[in-house]
Amino acid sequence: MRRLKTIQALREAIDEEMARDSAVCLFGEDIGAYGGVWGLSVGLQKKYGERRVFDTPLSESAIIGTAVGAAMVGMRPVAELEYIDFITECMDPLMNEGAKLRFMSGGQVKVPMTVVAPCGAGTSEAAHHSKSLEAWMLHEPGMKVVMPSTIHDMKGLLKSAIRDDNPVAFLWHKAMFDLNEEVPEGEWTTPLGVAAKRRPGTDVTVVAYSLMASRAVEAADRVAPRIGVEVIDPRTLNPFDLPAVLDSVRKTGRLLVVHESPRRCGVGADIVRQVVECEFRSLKTAPRVLAGADLPIPFSKPLENACVPQVDDIVRAIEVIAAK
Amino acid sequence: MAVDVEEMLRLYGLMVRIRNFELKMVEIFTARMKAGDFPGALHTYCGEEAIAVGVCGVLRPDDYVFSTHRGHGHALAKGADLNKMVAELNGRASGLSRGFGGSMHLYDPSIGFMGTTGVVGGNLPLCLGTAYASVALGGTFVTVAFFGEGAASQGSFHESVNMAAVMRWPVVYVCENNLYAATTHVAVNCPLENIADRAKGYGIPGAVVDGNDVLAVREAAVEAIERARSGCGPTLIECKTYRHHPHCMVIPEHRPPKECREWHAKDPIESFAASLMRIHATTRDTLDAIEAREVGLLEAAVKFMRESPLPDPATVGDYLWA
Ligand SMILES: Cc1ncc(C[n+]2csc(CCOP(=O)(O)OP(=O)(O)O)c2C)c(N)n1
Repeated sequence: MRRLKTIQALREAIDEEMARDSAVCLFGEDIGAYGGVWGLSVGLQKKYGERRVFDTPLSESAIIGTAVGAAMVGMRPVAELEYIDFITECMDPLMNEGAKLRFMSGGQVKVPMTVVAPCGAGTSEAAHHSKSLEAWMLHEPGMKVVMPSTIHDMKGLLKSAIRDDNPVAFLWHKAMFDLNEEVPEGEWTTPLGVAAKRRPGTDVTVVAYSLMASRAVEAADRVAPRIGVEVIDPRTLNPFDLPAVLDSVRKTGRLLVVHESPRRCGVGADIVRQVVECEFRSLKTAPRVLAGADLPIPFSKPLENACVPQVDDIVRAIEVIAAK
Repeated sequence: MAVDVEEMLRLYGLMVRIRNFELKMVEIFTARMKAGDFPGALHTYCGEEAIAVGVCGVLRPDDYVFSTHRGHGHALAKGADLNKMVAELNGRASGLSRGFGGSMHLYDPSIGFMGTTGVVGGNLPLCLGTAYASVALGGTFVTVAFFGEGAASQGSFHESVNMAAVMRWPVVYVCENNLYAATTHVAVNCPLENIADRAKGYGIPGAVVDGNDVLAVREAAVEAIERARSGCGPTLIECKTYRHHPHCMVIPEHRPPKECREWHAKDPIESFAASLMRIHATTRDTLDAIEAREVGLLEAAVKFMRESPLPDPATVGDYLWA
């Protein structure tokens, strides 16, 4: 099998979708001739022309507005934000318009667009270049949110996101930029809303996505065979594969959710809510959330590390919940 | 307004300070990257020193500056402590922002330096607030907002300039047009020849100056600051310039080599040195002495940084709330 890195997988997904469907287009800052600051579009302008792959001014609101409007009339835009942190600049076209148009128009309009952006901390880029913000988007009814943890899913989920008829935020973690994994040749898609079991186990269920999925597997390997940890990676947060989590919790009776973004009003809180509502009887102890600090991401390495769950923290949290 | 030689040498010293600081940071960051460490973003100001120094050189201590992601030069020109600057970029507890901010989040309100920002255009709405405060508090202090030509494509630019113009608030908008926003040429960001041509649409004065000529920048700044101070409202100054380095440490050079060479030949420090010697009878020895002084200060700052501890992780939550 061949190996791909994150950006290669994403680019391959976009390339294949552009070849397959002439409605797919790609734009954003530095996306044209240069190929994107992350390399997302390298070679694509040459291949598909300046009408379909182009540079925009430094104007996130205009970029996302263009995507929403083009999607309303049948195009299938992919827009890059150089960091998800800059979504603040385009919240209005995305959240007030894009995410709600289907609903507000009584089902007449559809908005098949994808926002691709890197997220996450760990790169010493401080408070304006380290956020994840999935919880913001999940709080807006009408937004789908995808956060892959493997190279295979980077490609498969992005293809599904582009084919989806709704606005999708596709967040890839910057700490996975150099990840390099084996994947098959050819095309595949990974459906939105289907979790992956990254590791089987019978004592504790850990739900973790994006960078935290691989950290959770590492932590699980460390406590094995003493504690049998099942790691569930939901892969997409909306739609969310609740049945996969409930199945696991029925078996283990113990739930730990791990994510990097802040704890308060976070994804973990909502997953715990759903599990408590649906599967309270199976729980042997209170579910827990191990999450990022309720703080902006600081610059200096020791401070930054203190804000984001590390493998050691996950190990400790697993041990605590397994002992109950 | 005539500038005496002593003042010129002060400006020269500041430009040298900024240049040396940036080159030293590049050296340290490069070494750390080679060692497998990613020390964050570094947007250097080399080649653009005349703008920060030309503008900040005429500001009063109680005037405010809002800066950008490429803001080390603005901070130093406004008077930020060299030791604390070096320490902050290296994440030390003794840094300007105690290691919490880094290169893109430098603040020193005690000298009116209200911050660099990681969000392009993020400073433009905020500069309205200090300008309003000047009016509301009956002060005569003014606010300078630096920004790149790329930032002028943000909605925040329009809202900020328009509101300051309507309110006649004391802001000086200083656009540093270095021809590229990351890798994107200014032609993709603006269909006009000059960003300053937009001033007309807001009903305010616009000026285009050679951003590599510190005295030209200073002259334009004096006029705009006087205007702002006397209640006549904002001015948009566009400084044409060029950065010596690629956008940041991780984006490879993509600009045409010929263009780079042409602009390097217009280096603001070298050309100022030449004119100081040619027109103002400054000797090479005088300039060398300034250089030596600055090298000494920078070495001391690096030593200060190396002897400073990293922040204690237990303090990470200390500054969320006032
Ligand atoms: C809102 C926002 N969008 C995009 C970026 C990524 N980015 C950082 S600097 C930059 C280019 C800025 O160009 P300009 O304003 O001209 O300033 P310069 O870097 O040339 O000094 C971009 C696109 C950002 N930091 N913030």
